[in-house]
Amino acid sequence: MSNAPVDSGRRRFLTATTAVVGGAGCVFAAVPFIQSWNPSAKAKAAGAPVEVDISKIEPGQLIRVEWRGKPVWVVNRSQAALDELSTFEQQLKDPASDEPQQPEFAKNQYRSLKPELLVAVGLCTHLGCSPTYLPDTFSEQVAGVQSGFFCPCHGSKFDMAGRVFQNVPAGLNLVIPPYTFVDDNTIIIGVEEGAA
Amino acid sequence: MKGLMDWIEARLPFMEAMNKHVIQYPAPKNFNFWYFFGSLAMLVLVNQLVTGIWLTMNYVPSGEGAFASIEYIMRDVDYGWLLRYMHSTGASAFFVVVYLHMFRGMMYGSYQKPRELLWLFGMLIFVVLMAEAFMGYLLPWGQMSFWGAQVIISLFGAIPWIGDDLTLWIRGDYVISGATLNRFFALHVIALPLVLVVLVFLHILALHEVGSNNPEGIDIKKPKGSVPEGEKSPFKYHARYDKYDIVDAVPFHPYYTVKDIMGVAGFLILFCYVIFFAPEMGGYFLEKPNFEAANPLKTPEHIAPVWYFTSFYAILRAIPHKLMGVVGMGAAIVVLFLLPWLDRCKVKSVKYRSIWHKLNLTQFVICFVILGILGAIPATPGRTILAQITTFGYFAFFALLWFYSKNEKCKPVPERISK
Repeated sequence: MSNAPVDSGRRRFLTATTAVVGGAGCVFAAVPFIQSWNPSAKAKAAGAPVEVDISKIEPGQLIRVEWRGKPVWVVNRSQAALDELSTFEQQLKDPASDEPQQPEFAKNQYRSLKPELLVAVGLCTHLGCSPTYLPDTFSEQVAGVQSGFFCPCHGSKFDMAGRVFQNVPAGLNLVIPPYTFVDDNTIIIGVEEGAA
Repeated sequence: MKGLMDWIEARLPFMEAMNKHVIQYPAPKNFNFWYFFGSLAMLVLVNQLVTGIWLTMNYVPSGEGAFASIEYIMRDVDYGWLLRYMHSTGASAFFVVVYLHMFRGMMYGSYQKPRELLWLFGMLIFVVLMAEAFMGYLLPWGQMSFWGAQVIISLFGAIPWIGDDLTLWIRGDYVISGATLNRFFALHVIALPLVLVVLVFLHILALHEVGSNNPEGIDIKKPKGSVPEGEKSPFKYHARYDKYDIVDAVPFHPYYTVKDIMGVAGFLILFCYVIFFAPEMGGYFLEKPNFEAANPLKTPEHIAPVWYFTSFYAILRAIPHKLMGVVGMGAAIVVLFLLPWLDRCKVKSVKYRSIWHKLNLTQFVICFVILGILGAIPATPGRTILAQITTFGYFAFFALLWFYSKNEKCKPVPERISK
């Protein structure tokens, strides 16, 4: 042991740099543990497009299909429901679909490719419950509007184009997934026009 | 035998620790009914750990196998139904006991100086317990498991900028799936129980450093030499308490070990009644939609969390804005952490505090209970207004407390618990 006096400045520097290097090592060591929580390659690959036969959907009827594990609604809207859409726009949060909740092709009055056919992800934009379709009794929720969607979890309300009403917890319109018509009777969900 | 004990004691001071924390630990002599719930919480923790380990022996943590394996445990495993009902009833019992334990602390000012850190450890235990209960509820993979988890995980989506990526990371998939189930299983059976046990250990160490409060809120440790010889507690206490004059105390063992066993007996009568005669508790301990396997395409007509979350859930639902609702619900928990610093009064027990504090604490309890009821039933416009009023009352408790506690007119606190 030498009896050289302790250089406390040097000792502090060495302690601090060692701690910093050790800390950096801990941060890098944490990477695999955090990254392993991301969706696996298998989960990412599972998002294949889905074909849906729309020829048997009656006017006013809603069918559910599963796409990427989510419920997707396909609704054959009646003419009455379509006519109604423009009558209560002052009660909506985003009547013109300005928020990017839909592909460019659906940024129109009906939020769809063909007016009568609504294709929407059936999950409330609030906390992800699947709203209930009320084809005839929606006026109990919003006076004067015959049909729409009502979320049982927290009471959010959407019209027949998936547009959200004011004074409900959800802030955004329902998501319109990319889809395209294969022929008059078949749509394919998950693929956009021209991309397929 | 004495030789063996001494040999161990020289290497691991076991009896020393037992004396310090149990046999020669001074506890106030006036503990009442409300002081059962600490030891009962430990009993329930042990119940959850043991029955939980046994349940993992037959449970299958996968999206395909989970629901069927619960049915298998209930029908085909010997006494599987009992182990599961002990675990599911234990979860609810845990919250009953912990809520009463927390309310005891609020009534008698047990969070006040010098017990702030003790309160913080307790609050951390409460938060971990909520995470544990939430993740455990996903495991049966029923309808309520699935949609409850969908809603709670979506809460994180309300965080600006990172919300969507964060929910994706938590789920490990684009929707709740087997990947989510497996990681919740790992956290539920390994990670969080470890954290919980460590926190309980720290909670007790912190308690024993400062000593228990009591219904009078009067300290049993007096400055050395301030108490006449005849008035000191006549029992022998551990040497570390020699620096005080101990008054109005009894050694924890045998006095409170025996009393707590009485509490355990009473608790087990109620606990066993639920296990054997009402394990679903009318749909409040085990919810009816959870007897149907998870279906990602269809939300149950009415979804509500298990009863112990409904108060906080009602706060979330009362605020008609996604982010603010989540913030409000989080704040309802965070504000409890701050209680030791919001209450600026020096008098601990509600017995000696002003009528304002008594009224404020009463309205807080009423609001909490009403919120709990509202959170369990479907929302209507009228109920939403009631939820908003009671949410206001919940937060008003803390705001009012901060204002009046600074110069509160309290009754004089006696020097001693009793002579």
